[in-house]
Amino acid sequence: MTAVDAAVGVAGIAMSLYAVFGGADFGGGVWDLLASGPRRSAQRAAITAAIGPVWEANHVWLIFAIVASFTCFPPAFADVTTGLYAPLSFALVGIVLRGAAFVFRNYAGDTPALAQSWTVVFGIASLLAPFFLGDALGALATATYAWTSPFALAVGAFAVTICAQMAAVFIVHEIDDPDLNADFRVRAVRATLAVWISGSIPIALAAATLPALFAALLHPIAFAAVSAALAAGLIVIACVLARRDVAARAAVALEAVAVLGGWFGAQAPALVPGRFTFTSAAASDAMIDAFLLCTAGGAVLLIPSLVLLFRIFKAPARS
Amino acid sequence: MEHLVAARAQMGTSLAFHIVFAALGVGLPLLVFIAEGLWLRTGERAYYDLARTWSKGMAILFAVGAVSGTILSFELGLLWPVFMRYAGGIIGIPFSLEGFAFFIEAIFIGIYLYGWNRLSPRAHWLAAVPVIVSGAFSAGFITLANAWMQMPTGFRIVDGRIVDVRPFVAMFALPWKTEVAHTTLAAYVFTGFCAAGVAAFAQLRGDRRPVVIAAQRTAMIVAAIAIPLQIVVGDVVARFDATYEPAKFAAMEVLATTQRHAPIALGGIPTAGGGIAHAIEIPGALSLLVAFDPNAEVRGLDQVAPGDRPPVAITHLSFDAMVGSGSTLLLIALLWAFAARRRAGSSRGLLIAIALGAPLALVALEAGWFVTEFGRQPWIARGLLRTADAVTTATQLDLRFFGFSLIYVVLAAMSWWLLVRVGRSGAEH
Repeated sequence: MTAVDAAVGVAGIAMSLYAVFGGADFGGGVWDLLASGPRRSAQRAAITAAIGPVWEANHVWLIFAIVASFTCFPPAFADVTTGLYAPLSFALVGIVLRGAAFVFRNYAGDTPALAQSWTVVFGIASLLAPFFLGDALGALATATYAWTSPFALAVGAFAVTICAQMAAVFIVHEIDDPDLNADFRVRAVRATLAVWISGSIPIALAAATLPALFAALLHPIAFAAVSAALAAGLIVIACVLARRDVAARAAVALEAVAVLGGWFGAQAPALVPGRFTFTSAAASDAMIDAFLLCTAGGAVLLIPSLVLLFRIFKAPARS
Repeated sequence: MEHLVAARAQMGTSLAFHIVFAALGVGLPLLVFIAEGLWLRTGERAYYDLARTWSKGMAILFAVGAVSGTILSFELGLLWPVFMRYAGGIIGIPFSLEGFAFFIEAIFIGIYLYGWNRLSPRAHWLAAVPVIVSGAFSAGFITLANAWMQMPTGFRIVDGRIVDVRPFVAMFALPWKTEVAHTTLAAYVFTGFCAAGVAAFAQLRGDRRPVVIAAQRTAMIVAAIAIPLQIVVGDVVARFDATYEPAKFAAMEVLATTQRHAPIALGGIPTAGGGIAHAIEIPGALSLLVAFDPNAEVRGLDQVAPGDRPPVAITHLSFDAMVGSGSTLLLIALLWAFAARRRAGSSRGLLIAIALGAPLALVALEAGWFVTEFGRQPWIARGLLRTADAVTTATQLDLRFFGFSLIYVVLAAMSWWLLVRVGRSGAEH
């Protein structure tokens, strides 16, 4: 493995972690928007409690992925941000309003009308951000940055459902109240079914309109990844129903990573298909080495801190 | 709106907005740490209430700071892709390290804000330490990148191509020490005077709760330590600029021609040609300040080609606004220190002065940043790339500028409203 491959790996890990943890936070916002039934406000309170202490830390994976991209692959970063200006701007609006609205509604609790308005903004923004990030990813795979293509839009919709699925699976582990717990268990199963449906649409569209991409999806790595994702989805349903919550969490994270990893694994060594390979986009050797050195040093501080954060707040609910 | 103007307007608005939250994000954890420490030490309820109140404010400010910082990391690529294509591979290291510092900050701020009931009082208090340290480092790393933009280094250009990149040399461009010191102190000056100003304003409105008195006192201690240091560092920065960034310095001081016995120009009115008229001149004072010799030669704008000169009026007036408000803050701090020494309570006049310190500190913060950034123009990275050549080819920038400006207005209004309520309600726990 070359240093450039290692840098791709670091950026890929950051993106995967953002997809899992940041994605689950967005999914929480989607469920907030869809909160319904007699326990509507209790559902929202559970979502707030789950997201509150961790969303800002989870959000930093995105910043880190961006920084890794422009440090290690500056020409590809410049090209992508120019070509995908529109969806990235919309995703940005979603990211910004999600974070701000979440805090605003929590601190405006004693002014219900205002808190209610920000709750709506929070939900819609939580939907917009993964949609346009997914759309941008889909557009990237088309090699022409066609972000309004049906394929890209379908990937956006898929991203929203997978975020919702992860959120539902993650949150059941943190809720004591049996009725509320059952609400999210049902949601987790339904969301997994939705992931299968919304995941098959981009594949069908690729088969119909993007022959090069579809051929890449039949590449052994991509095929194995899609199969792994499907299997992980089945495990998610089984574990959620059997109340094996920790295993369900692992399975749903594996599913998301398989989708991302399979995608980029199939493209390798292309970074942006048809435009950049890993090596054609890479910064100088000195920069890649320096970046890897800093990442190793930073990880020494970061990993124990993250473990501490999740140990304090993400332990199972105490009864 | 013209393409480049729209891009600069959007970036400028984003930074002007973010710098307020970034500075408070660096400074407030220190104030909270002091307040909670005083509570643990003295057991006085007022300090506990103060730590709770300020940490509520910190939660709101940190969240808005985090999202507005995210806008900036996107905008680097969305607005200035050509710059990032050049600079990313040279100056990426401080950005990467900032990523880690911000991470640590976000983790421990989560632990601090949500951990009041989950940690022992002492462990909770200590959780603020990594927030303080990583907040200061985070701002410092970003300032390193800015120092590089002022005086790019750590690479060579051969046949128009960048070669021989040395990332750790680029990370420490020549202005790094002065810039990092000036920026970090600015965060403490701004936070101290802001928090003290808010408390003084509350007292003027008749709010005499112990928590308000404690807030004013604690914040003024930080402000009164930071402001004299800042003025000393500011003097070093100005002399650095006179030596190494003569174009910026000449614009700050409206010095058209290189001369001995150079005057200091104060204030003035911008002219149609972009210069300054009717400034008050103090003969020889600039030479004296720069070289401790009234007859020393100071380089003027004539030293750089007309196309490479920064805009004079805005750079100069921003500089004067920064120095003027900074000096007034020093005066306010001195008045407060004398009153505190005499153990006199804060008189109405002093409270008014401290309350005015908050907007003055905002002016100093923003104007100081204006000086650095306008003073670097027309370059985005001096000598390497012009701002006009760095801008994106994407279209409809003006629409996006208005869209994002609208978001900033909403975020600012909502933050303001919530912070006012946090201040009024105090601690409810």
